[in-house]
Formats: sequence, C-alpha cells, structure tokens
Amino acid sequence: MKFLQNKFDSIKHHFEKGGKWEKFHPIYEGHRTIFFAPDLVTGKKGAQIKDGNDLKRMMFTVIIAMIPCLIFGMWNVGHQHYIATGVEASLLDKFIIGALRTVPIIIVSYGAGLLTEFTFCVIRQHPVEEGFLVSGLLIPLVMPPTIPLWQVGMATIFAVIIGKEVFGGTGMNILNVALLARAFLYFAYPSQISGDVWTYLGDATPVDGFSGATILAYGAEAAANNTEMSQLVAGHWAAGMFDFWNMFIGIIPGSIGETSTLMCLIGAFILIATGVGSWKIIVSVFIGAFAMGSLFNLTGGNSFLQMPAHYHLVIGGLAFGAVFMATDPVSAAHTELGKWIYGFLIGVLTVLIRVVNPAYPEGIMLAILFMNVFAPLIDFYVVEANKKRRLKRATV
Amino acid sequence: MSQTIKLNKGFNINLAGKAENKISETEQPETFALKPAEFNHLTMAKMLVNEGDSVKAGTPIFFEKTMEDVLFCSPVSGEIAEIKRGEKRKVMEIRILADKEIEFEKSTSHSSSDITNLDRAQLQSIMIKGGVWPNIIQRPYGCVANPEDTPKAIFISAFDSHPLAPDYGFAFEGCEQQFQAGINILKKFTSGKIHLNTDLNAEIPQLFAKTENVQHNKISGSHPAGNVGVQIHHIDPINKGDIIWTVSAQGVIEIGRLLLDGIYDTSRLVAITGSQVENPSYVKTYAGACLNKLVAGNVKEGDNRFVSGNVLTGEGVGEDGYMGFYHQQITIIPEGKYEELFGWITPSTKKLSFHKAFGLLSYIGGGKKEFVLDTNQHGEHRNFVMTGAFEQVLPMDVLPNYLFKAILAEDYDDMEALGIYELVEEDVALCEFIDVSKHNLQEILREGIQLIKHG
Repeated sequence: MKFLQNKFDSIKHHFEKGGKWEKFHPIYEGHRTIFFAPDLVTGKKGAQIKDGNDLKRMMFTVIIAMIPCLIFGMWNVGHQHYIATGVEASLLDKFIIGALRTVPIIIVSYGAGLLTEFTFCVIRQHPVEEGFLVSGLLIPLVMPPTIPLWQVGMATIFAVIIGKEVFGGTGMNILNVALLARAFLYFAYPSQISGDVWTYLGDATPVDGFSGATILAYGAEAAANNTEMSQLVAGHWAAGMFDFWNMFIGIIPGSIGETSTLMCLIGAFILIATGVGSWKIIVSVFIGAFAMGSLFNLTGGNSFLQMPAHYHLVIGGLAFGAVFMATDPVSAAHTELGKWIYGFLIGVLTVLIRVVNPAYPEGIMLAILFMNVFAPLIDFYVVEANKKRRLKRATV
Repeated sequence: MSQTIKLNKGFNINLAGKAENKISETEQPETFALKPAEFNHLTMAKMLVNEGDSVKAGTPIFFEKTMEDVLFCSPVSGEIAEIKRGEKRKVMEIRILADKEIEFEKSTSHSSSDITNLDRAQLQSIMIKGGVWPNIIQRPYGCVANPEDTPKAIFISAFDSHPLAPDYGFAFEGCEQQFQAGINILKKFTSGKIHLNTDLNAEIPQLFAKTENVQHNKISGSHPAGNVGVQIHHIDPINKGDIIWTVSAQGVIEIGRLLLDGIYDTSRLVAITGSQVENPSYVKTYAGACLNKLVAGNVKEGDNRFVSGNVLTGEGVGEDGYMGFYHQQITIIPEGKYEELFGWITPSTKKLSFHKAFGLLSYIGGGKKEFVLDTNQHGEHRNFVMTGAFEQVLPMDVLPNYLFKAILAEDYDDMEALGIYELVEEDVALCEFIDVSKHNLQEILREGIQLIKHG
C-alpha cells in the first residue's frame, strides 16, 4: 500500500498546477481514487462526519447486481451456439466460447467509453465520474453476440458524447446512455441488430431447420400474416425452447445478458436490498406490462394480442430493462410518485410497441428512451402538486 | 389541546462518547469570545467597546446596523483582550479575558408576579438591553428575531435528537422557576400559542412536565424529530408572510434569569462528548467559552477535531477555539485525513451508513451499536445522482432535491414555492450526511436563504 502511495506521490507534481501534465490532473486523480479512497475531510462548518457511501460504491453495487446476468449470458451464448450447430458440449466449453464472444465486446465498450470520458475530463477539467462504470457493462449485455466490435465502439462513443457529455456529464443526462448506444445501432445498422443475429454460429453450419427467430419475431410474423402464433412456436426447430419456464430461466437466443428473467430477478433483489435501485420502478414496469398484456388478451384481434399476459414478462428484454435500465436514477423520474407512473408507463408502452408495431419487435428499449424524455414532465406535475399543497395550506 | 406527532422518517446516528450525567470540575477558561458571524444575517457589527476596556457580564459589546436596539452583551466580566477583524475590517471575534469571579451588570429583579404585571413594551426593553434577545430566533430565515414583529406562535423543542446531544433533564435540572418565568415573559409577545414539544418515547424531564402557559406536544421518531423546524412543520407550518419564533430551552432560562435575578447569566452545563474524550461528562461554564480548559486532560491522543456543537451542525473550532453562542455541547472526534486502500469498496461494519450499498454493513448489530466516526468524507464531490434518499431523512412534505436545485439556479419563485421558508440548516444536516455526492447542503441552503432575504 505504501509502495503504491509513494508511486502516486512521486508523479503527483507533474499533474499539479504548473506541472508538465497539469491538464491531465483529472486522469491522475481518477486513477489514484480507484486505488485509494481519497483523504478528503469534511469542512469546518456543517456536517463533521459523512456517510460511508459514495458514488463509486453505489455504481459498483449495480455492477455486482449485473454479474449473474453476465455469467449466465456467457454460458447461454455458448449453449445456443452448440445446440444450433448440433454439437454436444460440456458446461465449460459453452462458457468458454461464450466468454470468447463476450469479453472482447466488454473490452471494446469500456475502452471506447473510458477514452471518450477521459478526453472530456481533460477538455472540461471535471473529475472522472463513475457513471460509465455501469454503462460500460450494460452496453455489452444488451448487444447481440454477433455484433461487430467496431459497431460496439462507435455506438459507445456516440452514446457517451451525445447522451451524456454534451449535457455536462454524469448526473446531467436525459437519456440512459446504454440504451442510447443500442438505439444508435438499431437505427444506423439495423441489419446487425435485428433479424437472425441472436445466435452466434461462427464458422459452423447450423442444424437442419435452424432458424434464429425469437418469440417476438414469431409474434410479429403471426400478427402480420394473421396466423396462429402457437403454431409457429410449436414448429420451432428446437422443441420446447419457448416454453414459459424455459424462457423464464433464459435458455433462449437473445442479447447477451438479457435473456434470463431469473438472473434479472436476482439482480433486482440485490438492487432492492441495497437500496440502490428503486423497487417502485421495477415493480411498476412489471405491473404495467402485465396490465397492458391482459388488456390485449381481453380485446383480442390476432394471436399475438392473445398471447397470455404473463409471457410478456419473460420474453425480450423486459426484465433486464426494468431492473437495470429503467432504474437509472438520473434518467428516471426523480420524485417517488413519479417513479410509479414512469415505471408503469414503461411497461404499458413496451407491450404496446411489441404487439402493435411489428417494425420494432423489441419494445422495452424504445419505451424506456421515450419515458426518459417524459420523466421530467411527470416530475413537473408531481412537484407542482407539492407547491400547490403548500399554497393551499396558506390560504385555508 | 396537545398534539402527538409520530414521524416515520429520519435516522439516528449513534456515536460513541455520550456524556455521563455528572458534572466534572474543571478550571474556568481564561478567555471567552463573541463571534458576530454566527448570528445569521448580521452584516455589520458596530462595536461599543475598545480593546482594553473593562466589561461586566451583561455589558453591551456590539450591535447590528439593521437592528440597532438589540444589544449583544458580554457573557463574562473582564477585559476586552482582542477584537479580531477580517476582510473589510469586518469584526470576526471579540475576545474577553475573564475575571476569576464574574461580576454582573445589575438591573431590577422581579418576582414572578411582578413579571405578569409587566407589559410587552417593558419586557422588550429589558430583554434587548439585557443581552438575552439574540436567544429568540425567527422563522423564516433562522436569524435573530426583529423586536418589532409579533409571531403567530413560539416553539420550544424540549429535547435534542442530534448525535450525543445533551440530556435536557440533566442539563437543566433545578431550573424550573426560571424556565416558567421565561415562558410567562415570551407569552406576552405572541397572540398565539407557545408550543413546548417533548419526546414521546422518553420520560419527560420534571422541568417541562409541569410548565404552564404552553401547549404540550409529544413527538416521536428518529432524528430530526427534535428539530424545532420539523415540529413546526407538523404542528403549525410556516406559510409565506408568517413569522414564528423559536427559542432553545437554555434561551428561555436565560430570559427568565434576567427578569427574576436582574442579571445576564449565560451559565450552562456543556456536554463534553465524542469518541476522543476520556470521560464524557458535563462541565459548567458560560456562553462563548474557550475550549482548551474545559477539555484539558480529558482528550485522547491523536489528531482530533474539536467541534463546538454536535457533529451534524457544529463547527470545527480547534482546541483553542471558542464555543458558539447557541451551543451547549463540545464533540471531539478523530480527524480522517488518510487514504484507504480500496476504501470505496471494502466491506465494513464500522463505517456508518444510512445506505446499504455493497459492503456497507453498519446495520448489522442493530440500532444500539455505537460508532466511532472520523471526519473523512468517504468519497469525492459529484453531481446529484441518487434520488429518493433525502426524502427519507427529512420528515417534511418538502422535495429537497428540487429545492437545492432551485437554490443553485437562483430561482426565487421556486425556492419560495418549494418551501425554503420552512427550513434552516439543521433541518437538512442529515441530508448532507447521507448525500452520496457529498454536497455541502447546509451551505447551499444558507445561500438560498440569504438570496431570498436580501435579494
């Protein structure tokens, strides 16, 4: 410890005012504070002691909550690869091939994102902020395993600059950074992020009858052609893949980290138990999605509309979005009542987009981005209500 | 018609070093000081004495340009040793070298029944000349009350819920008569009620149990339940244009003493607390005492912070610094100027936290556990990120995040609409403690109040 401290101390003068790398001070400080919690003390006036929590710890808690999704996702990429190519493989084999796909994506995401972040820290002379710790892992988890690495890098840079830095950095952004990265790819390079991209095949040839379709794709197809969705699902090349419990556990093709509702729920448990994620948002997204699904069940129309409402909770990225994206405290609603409304509408919109607009089978991404934009409006009315209560009290 | 208020929000900070209910004998400090800056909104103190002048306890020392009647008086007798001035010759500190035996300026003493016969104007003139007026604080703004106002109510909190706060039952033992006299005097200043708020979950000290002429209210809950601002919010909230006065129990007693005995007597029991104190207990002294003699021989080795007041709202004044006018507590805790290897993520049961983020395990062991906390900030300053936490430690219908942002944006209409009139610094001190982005929220609020008051 002393050794490291001395090392940092020995180069410190270069980064201080007048030093040759003065401009890079935020980067020096950023690295030092990763190794050492800083020796800052409270001011002379006011609170003399401070809570043990800080933004680093809070953000790191989110990363810990994502680890189950990440580990399962790596395995599932391998698992989908082997069943699609018809090869028997051990758990370790599956994990290794999944990791070989996933780790480079993570490295590119963090590398590109941190480079952008550091550049802005130097230009703007603001400290290195922790927000990207979370975004850097969220981005790979919402990508298909087949995504080209250069696209990951470009999307990340776009999202960090346009999504965050132009607004003033962590805490100032309007949109969720990771979702913005995905939305960027979705509209800029649709062919790499929709269609048959959810199963990583590599150079291997798939088994006969293989199709990369997800259940959302079947739903959209059934709705478009007015056919029976259940028949399409039953005709899927891998029998039983789209059973409810199989989808709940997440052994289906999809984005790297978002297939498993179970793992998302473990993450949700960690976020709620630590108080880092708002349980109100998580719960209300699920309620909203279920309510909208049930409403469609009642109205009927086509077979996708009639898909049992509880299926909506385990398919696509709904659970992942509800737990890790919608709860981003900066882009979500800031008031407690607002969080209920915000979450509920995300759930409703997700199902609405999925079922009614076949051009966008994955609804959660657009639903959250849409509600990110509306969150300040929801808050505005909640805050106005608070002001009105105060005024009313005065006149009674 | 008494009220019972149950608060669910808040957070108790349980620190090691609570004062035992006994009085330790100490030497009296050699010097005492008045610090004009601690009376909020005192812009320009005008001196009435010069260095070298002899004063008695109760001799006027300075007054404020905007409220010329109100005199700030010496707490002890002796010689003006030094008038410390800062920028633009602003008076920072007036140091008084104290006599061994304190001599008082004598004015007329009254019996309890005499007091009832005096009218407001007579009482007011005695109080503003006698030095006790600054004990009356006005809401909104938390500044010394303007004698020309008539408040809609007066609030007195009969317990202190801050960390290691003095036990009022012990600290004011035997002051029943003075306290009642103080209440009877204050009663002449308001057409409304005097609210005396006690802790529902503790035994009510003798002193307060039998007080007449007040409405007794009971409050239950974690800190900040003892904050008078929180109590006002639930009992008789401040709206635009309203004025409420608040007085500390010590202040009421000093007002009572002035009328009963004819002297400005600021003597008080001060709780010496904190994990760096050998034997936490009470000492007897006067307002503005220098810390050094009071804590001499009672401090553990190490780099310590000497705080006048409590750890949430106090001021680090140093071992040779002076106690605040309103303070009745000294807290000594270790300084925290050290780097901690991976301190931002290593699990700990010793770092007290309101949050439960990864590795923050202070909640293990229940609410009775005592913590030793130092002055380390545990992280760097960041933009506001977390939402929904401040609301959990501020038991008022106020949206703290929005209020702070309105202040930072200098949006006067929003500050007013979001309830800035209802708050003073101590009410947001817990928010400041739990803030993961490490803002100095009390300072931000004070700036907002200054803006609203002075434009």
